[in-house]
Amino acid sequence: MIPELGHFALILALAAALVQTLLPLVGYWRRDARLLAVAPAAAQTQFLFVLISYLCLTYAFVTKDFSVAYIAENDHSQLPLIYRISAVWGAHEGSLLLWVFILAGWTFAVSIASRGLPVALSGLVLAVLGVVAIGFQLFILLTSNPFTRLFPAPLEGRDLNPVLQDPGLAIHPPLLYMGYVGFAVAFSFAIAALIGGRLDTAWARWTRPWTTAAWCFLTLGITVGSWWAYKELGWGGWWFWDPVENASFMPWLAGTALIHSLAVTEKRGLLKSWTVLLAILAFSLSLLGTFLVRSGVIVSVHAFASDPTRGLFILGFLAVVVGAALTLYAWRAPRLATTAEIRLFSREGLILFNNVFLVAAAGAVLTGTLYPLALDVFGGGKISVGPPYYNAVFVPLIVPLLILIGTVTAVPWKRGRVGDTARRLRTPAIAALAAGAVVPFALLGRTSVTVAAGAVFAIWMLIGAVLEISQRIRSRRRWQDGLAQVPVGAWGMMCAHIGMAVWVLGIAGVSTFSVEKDARLKPGETLELSGYAFTLVGADEQPGPNYHAQRGTILVQKNGQNVSMLYPEKRLYPSQQRVQTKSARDVTPLRDLYVALGEGYPDGSWSLRVYVKPLMRWVWFGGLLMAFGGALALSDPRYRLARAVAAREAAAAAQTA
Amino acid sequence: MRYLIPVGVLAVLVAVFWVGLHRDPREIPSPLIGKTAPAFDLPAIDGADGRMTNKDLRGHARLVNFFASWCAGCQEEHPFLMHLGREDGVEIIGMDYKDAGPDYQGWIKQRGNPYRVVLADSEGQTGIDWGVYGVPETFVVDARGTIVYKQIGAMTPEAWDKIKPFLAPVAAAAPQ
Repeated sequence: MIPELGHFALILALAAALVQTLLPLVGYWRRDARLLAVAPAAAQTQFLFVLISYLCLTYAFVTKDFSVAYIAENDHSQLPLIYRISAVWGAHEGSLLLWVFILAGWTFAVSIASRGLPVALSGLVLAVLGVVAIGFQLFILLTSNPFTRLFPAPLEGRDLNPVLQDPGLAIHPPLLYMGYVGFAVAFSFAIAALIGGRLDTAWARWTRPWTTAAWCFLTLGITVGSWWAYKELGWGGWWFWDPVENASFMPWLAGTALIHSLAVTEKRGLLKSWTVLLAILAFSLSLLGTFLVRSGVIVSVHAFASDPTRGLFILGFLAVVVGAALTLYAWRAPRLATTAEIRLFSREGLILFNNVFLVAAAGAVLTGTLYPLALDVFGGGKISVGPPYYNAVFVPLIVPLLILIGTVTAVPWKRGRVGDTARRLRTPAIAALAAGAVVPFALLGRTSVTVAAGAVFAIWMLIGAVLEISQRIRSRRRWQDGLAQVPVGAWGMMCAHIGMAVWVLGIAGVSTFSVEKDARLKPGETLELSGYAFTLVGADEQPGPNYHAQRGTILVQKNGQNVSMLYPEKRLYPSQQRVQTKSARDVTPLRDLYVALGEGYPDGSWSLRVYVKPLMRWVWFGGLLMAFGGALALSDPRYRLARAVAAREAAAAAQTA
Repeated sequence: MRYLIPVGVLAVLVAVFWVGLHRDPREIPSPLIGKTAPAFDLPAIDGADGRMTNKDLRGHARLVNFFASWCAGCQEEHPFLMHLGREDGVEIIGMDYKDAGPDYQGWIKQRGNPYRVVLADSEGQTGIDWGVYGVPETFVVDARGTIVYKQIGAMTPEAWDKIKPFLAPVAAAAPQ
């Protein structure tokens, strides 16, 4: 009964989404404010029904209703409760429902927060969000219904994929989707601006917080995903340039560009058509990511093989939505061109430069991801594109970006002078070079060209980030006054740029000095790696709730001192006859020790894979700092203020009308 | 004009995806198709049947199936191979890949033997020469000793429908 209720609620949500789209559009066409004003109520109704539908599926998972095909495939009577809740998005159908649920959530938030906006704008924004909702709800109902019953019902479910039975999975997809789908809001604002023809600094101020929020979630999602892959897949890697990782990275690059160009549009009223294009691009890349993951068109560790009708549906939807958006853009954007000139050597000019590099980087990732497919389509044979391509293409694109981040704080808006900037940056440049020589020794006790370069760039960005704040503080006579008037947004920017610095240093360290070793050890035998001695103490059996684990005990010592005791596991999930490794790690800020258990042999020996990874944590900590910086910027009171002002203006306009 | 560029890029991408969707990304053609089967000289696993070389793969078409007792996909395809080998009279040469003799004996005793001959590729060298990258894989070798088709993964009724035409002359010649 409950699954049918969920199915029915989803159909009602579709009806509400149709109302949310059609009435405001007709209202806009006929200039009928009453029809436009239906949008928020319809959006909230849609959210309510999607919520019911989502809760019904969750309920069916929690109560192990194996008469539902999707639950029989992905649930198990022994599965712990937390994974029964997260299993909802463990496979295709449910993860689409999560997509729709998150979209409805964003839509709901927009309907509440945009009360103060001009009704024509908020109505159009919600209508565009409605179009996206209609597409995905139809997709679920027509091709991927999670509520389909199975008859006869099996007595036992086939269990959630063991790879996904980890707390990392519980948060990674929702965060990622919050980011992906969140760009739909920026997209809708862009489309509404193109239709309405009104694109000014107020528009940029309304769009900015939504974009920043989505970007924060995407940053967190990618970071958590990288951490999860690292500890769960047992390969010791943290980024694989897998097509599906790329699918999340491309919107991130476009979104990062968008955040920056929105700042220019808000501050200076420039780069309007570029900002709109980026907003369309960021969401289009999100849709593309969904297409790549859900269609099975590209081989990947994440892509589920699925039938081509699903792929065709998303492709058709993508072609219609993105095609319509870009056609609208081609038609309307020429009118948005501003006559005000933009100087290359000014803050906005350099931000535009950074945008070009970010978009070029996204283009390079897109090319690498799609090249095997394109070659196959044009009869060029089957190939795969691996990390060497990305490293070769990515590094030259990212290095100018790092230099720009440190430079831009010494360049004022409107017009900068090369001489001034050079004078102000001379000391920071020398400091960065000196620190680049010293920092690797301080952190790692050794250096290399890559690590030294990474350290130079990192310190350069760090100084730049701090300089931005210190300039603001010194602009007042008393530093307390200066400190007090630093906007929260500036602190957020500093934090995010420092995050970038930490991230770069981490990558340089871990990609240069990681070492690994495979060995077959008998109990009592020792493996030496990078000054650490790993001794296999023994192996035993550990029962788990729905698995059976073989657990190794490994003593790690350095210079005769005990460092830690590690317990890597190999878990056999009888329900799926699958083996899942659980690596064990000993972590300090300066290095990770990582042990994965391999095969056991009849003579009592075990194969082990051991890694020592310097500065591994810095990569993720950098990601967290970036996201935190975004969150800080988001909390800037001027957005709330802007909304209040807009509300007052709207109220005044309503009274005079 | 430049505002139209994004739409153009999208159109090209959608066209590529459209074609790409109708292909199987997991299907990797073997470079050996159309070439003479790589040389091998292996002992039969039962000892009694002597040795066999690539020269013996002439005269009529047959299947060469790389399998191992430790492989899950092989368990899956075994009943269907039994059906092909025993009931349809298809000649299947088994290549026991990186396997130990006793494990193989247990496997065959438990599940039945669909093979005409089973050769022991215990070092896996023949598998490497034939470009096997995961058992089970099944090659179709025609009467001239040329590889004409390769099935990656378990043999299934669907795969068999594609393979059957290559063996059709055998079926016709069978009565003699």
